[in-house]
Amino acid sequence: MAWTRKDLLTMRELDPGEIQLLVETAASLEEIATRDIKKVPALRGKTVVNLFYEASTRTRTSFEIAGKWLSADVINFSASGSSAGKGESFLDTAKTIGAMSPDVVVVRHSSAGAAALLARELTCSIVNAGDGAHEHPTQALLDLLTIREKKGHFDGLSVAIVGDVAHSRVARSNIHAMKKLGMTVTVAGPPTLIPPNVQELGVKVSYRLDDAIRDVDVIMMLRLQHERMAGGLIPSLREYSRYWGLTLDKLSAQARPDVLIMHPGPVNRGVELSPEVADGPYSVILDQVTKGVAVRMGVLFLLAGSRGGSPA
Amino acid sequence: MNRPAQHFREKAQVLDEAALDRALTRIAHEILERNAGASDLAFVGIRTRGVTIAQRLTAKIAAIDGTTLPVGALDITLYRDDLDMRGAPVVRGTDIPFSIKDKTVVLVDDVLFTGRTIRAALDALIDLGRPKMIQLASFIDRGHRELPIRPDYVGKNLPTSRRESVAVRLREHDGEDRVVIEEPEDV
Repeated sequence: MAWTRKDLLTMRELDPGEIQLLVETAASLEEIATRDIKKVPALRGKTVVNLFYEASTRTRTSFEIAGKWLSADVINFSASGSSAGKGESFLDTAKTIGAMSPDVVVVRHSSAGAAALLARELTCSIVNAGDGAHEHPTQALLDLLTIREKKGHFDGLSVAIVGDVAHSRVARSNIHAMKKLGMTVTVAGPPTLIPPNVQELGVKVSYRLDDAIRDVDVIMMLRLQHERMAGGLIPSLREYSRYWGLTLDKLSAQARPDVLIMHPGPVNRGVELSPEVADGPYSVILDQVTKGVAVRMGVLFLLAGSRGGSPA
Repeated sequence: MNRPAQHFREKAQVLDEAALDRALTRIAHEILERNAGASDLAFVGIRTRGVTIAQRLTAKIAAIDGTTLPVGALDITLYRDDLDMRGAPVVRGTDIPFSIKDKTVVLVDDVLFTGRTIRAALDALIDLGRPKMIQLASFIDRGHRELPIRPDYVGKNLPTSRRESVAVRLREHDGEDRVVIEEPEDV
């Protein structure tokens, strides 16, 4: 199995072998984090530009660390304090950066399809670091790497994805990837936050937290964006938390003793996750962050490690 | 590691199972002799077959000397100077679960050819710590060096032409123990 794509845009377009290659490459790079000297020369002389039009801590930082550990030069661009603030269009800014010959552009944007647009317009490799409510493939990959380490395999595992599925690119990328790897996925949340016809993606739907988390191997809690309340999709944070917040009581009543609790971050403590669960023994939230660096190293290496992703 | 993606057919057998085992035994004795015993020795094999040969050598040393020596696995993909020429690379991970600081590290590979793999392996090793000394065991030395690199221990010197390939076939990977010279099938 060899990587042949120029870009990483979605999990939807990948085949199971490509997903496995990404996960395995990331797994083999994990040991770099444990070294005294956290640097290997694999991407020496390559340039990675982080083009972020939305706020981000862990994704941008982990792409930056990943690039630096592989010896690439990493440049961070954020929309505030740049020409984008002067009204330059997204595409003009991207083409300007493209004209400086980067090898990889990592892009986050609030519009679905932003990364795909750049992939068409720029000759360098594009990594989608989140495009609107569409996809966030590296998040799905780091979730998979975490699950693989804890469970040892993917096939036959059951996962509940709980919360604001409708607006979640994390949920979408994970659903596509998990289905391809033979996992069973249930999405759960209040009806206003579950997309209509989501069953077409091959998932089950539940409108009760207790039912969704019973006997699954993995519970993935999603972040509730505060603006959802302003949009009238939930009556109040308190009510949401009461029905959909994961607490120790609900967990011990319904969940398996070896369940994994995941969350893409940042956590709204006391809303979707009680602090005892977020910091508890089932939680792998910080493992996910650690795996995030390995996954982004793997992605950058596969895209830029061999002639900018188009192997001879 | 040196084989391009084309089909090869066997041209000649160089070592059979018994000869391969004798060469390993001799190298094990040479390592003990050169280092006046096994203290402070550590083995690092270059993936994939270098690791297997390193494990065989440490088993021999354990039988001779009673010492159990650590064996690590080194993946040099991230250190290659020819990534651009090789198409999509596969990283298989470095696993060296011991400190190499102040150790005499015996670096083990199956076939020594241009020396570029060893150059990359030396860089990779030194990034992991500062060994007291690094020695090189190459099971087959087939010549054609492009860098000033010379092995300390050799199983067999095997003059070859550049278009040929040398395959060290090992039970653990290939179901048999022998060394063969191969040539491209299109000739």
